[in-house]
Amino acid sequence: MNDSHSQLKSGNTFQPTGLDRKLIVATQEGLPLTSRPYLLLAEQLNITEDEVISRMQRMQDAGVIRRIAVVPDHYKLGYTLNGMTVWDVPDDMIKTLGQKLGSLEFVSHCYHRPRHLPDWPHNLFAMVHGRTQQEVDDHIQTIIELLGEHNNGHDVLFSKRILKKTGLRIKK
Amino acid sequence: MMSTVKVDTLGQQIIDRYQKGFPLSTTPFKDIANELGLEEQRVIDCVSSLQESEIVSRVGPVFNHEKAGASTLAAISVPEQLLNEVADQVNRFDEVNHNYAREHEYNLWFVVTATDEQHLERTLRAIQNTTGYAILNLPMEQAYHIDLGFKLNWS
Repeated sequence: MNDSHSQLKSGNTFQPTGLDRKLIVATQEGLPLTSRPYLLLAEQLNITEDEVISRMQRMQDAGVIRRIAVVPDHYKLGYTLNGMTVWDVPDDMIKTLGQKLGSLEFVSHCYHRPRHLPDWPHNLFAMVHGRTQQEVDDHIQTIIELLGEHNNGHDVLFSKRILKKTGLRIKK
Repeated sequence: MMSTVKVDTLGQQIIDRYQKGFPLSTTPFKDIANELGLEEQRVIDCVSSLQESEIVSRVGPVFNHEKAGASTLAAISVPEQLLNEVADQVNRFDEVNHNYAREHEYNLWFVVTATDEQHLERTLRAIQNTTGYAILNLPMEQAYHIDLGFKLNWS
């Protein structure tokens, strides 16, 4: 067994208050589709609408809420292929290259993750989406050209099946 | 190519414009309606029907797992014929919220989210003990682009 646990990232953890947590629970499956959704939440939690809005704003400022969105189901829209592309790039270049990849419009996530040598040499992850194999292949080619000589090796892991997918679930 | 559901122009417009920046105001749908030059009810109806047909999975906040607690991307390498069985064992953990079969020697990839680092570490250990397979643990060190949606091609 590898010593994976020692690599756990520390810090950077937000501790939502009890009320924030209740708000997360109340909104994680979606807002009510009515004229005053935040008022409805407020009534549910026995606080004011202002407080709901300001707490959500605070969580967004702290990065706990990434975005408030109309979230499409990509599968339903034909985006059935996602390729997790993984790259081995020089550590001293990773920030520049990561930002380049992250700004591509077909990349939904781009992360620096640790290598685990010798099994896992890759340190840069970019999730690429498409509706056809050709579309995804074209996207990968774009990244190859973008990285040029800084690409010391890459791999693409296509999704075969979704075995589980749920949003963040914090228990009540 | 598989057939895809049809989304009308208003639906496309709303999805494109509001994959981020859904208003955090007292009347979000009215704000959207004003921006698009429509009646509020028209927007609510459109979004409701998108949600009913499951084209939109939900309208609301997208949380950052890393900041709302602790999380990591984990992978294990399982013999193909045992994949379903092991996936079921992994999925039984509430802390696992995404699990994908991928074409690679590491063929099972899942996201583990916990309330804090200790809980996360405990969960990873429990998954290793339950499945009997070593976990490749790949926590995020830095994000360069964090899930702001991506551009959809409606053609």
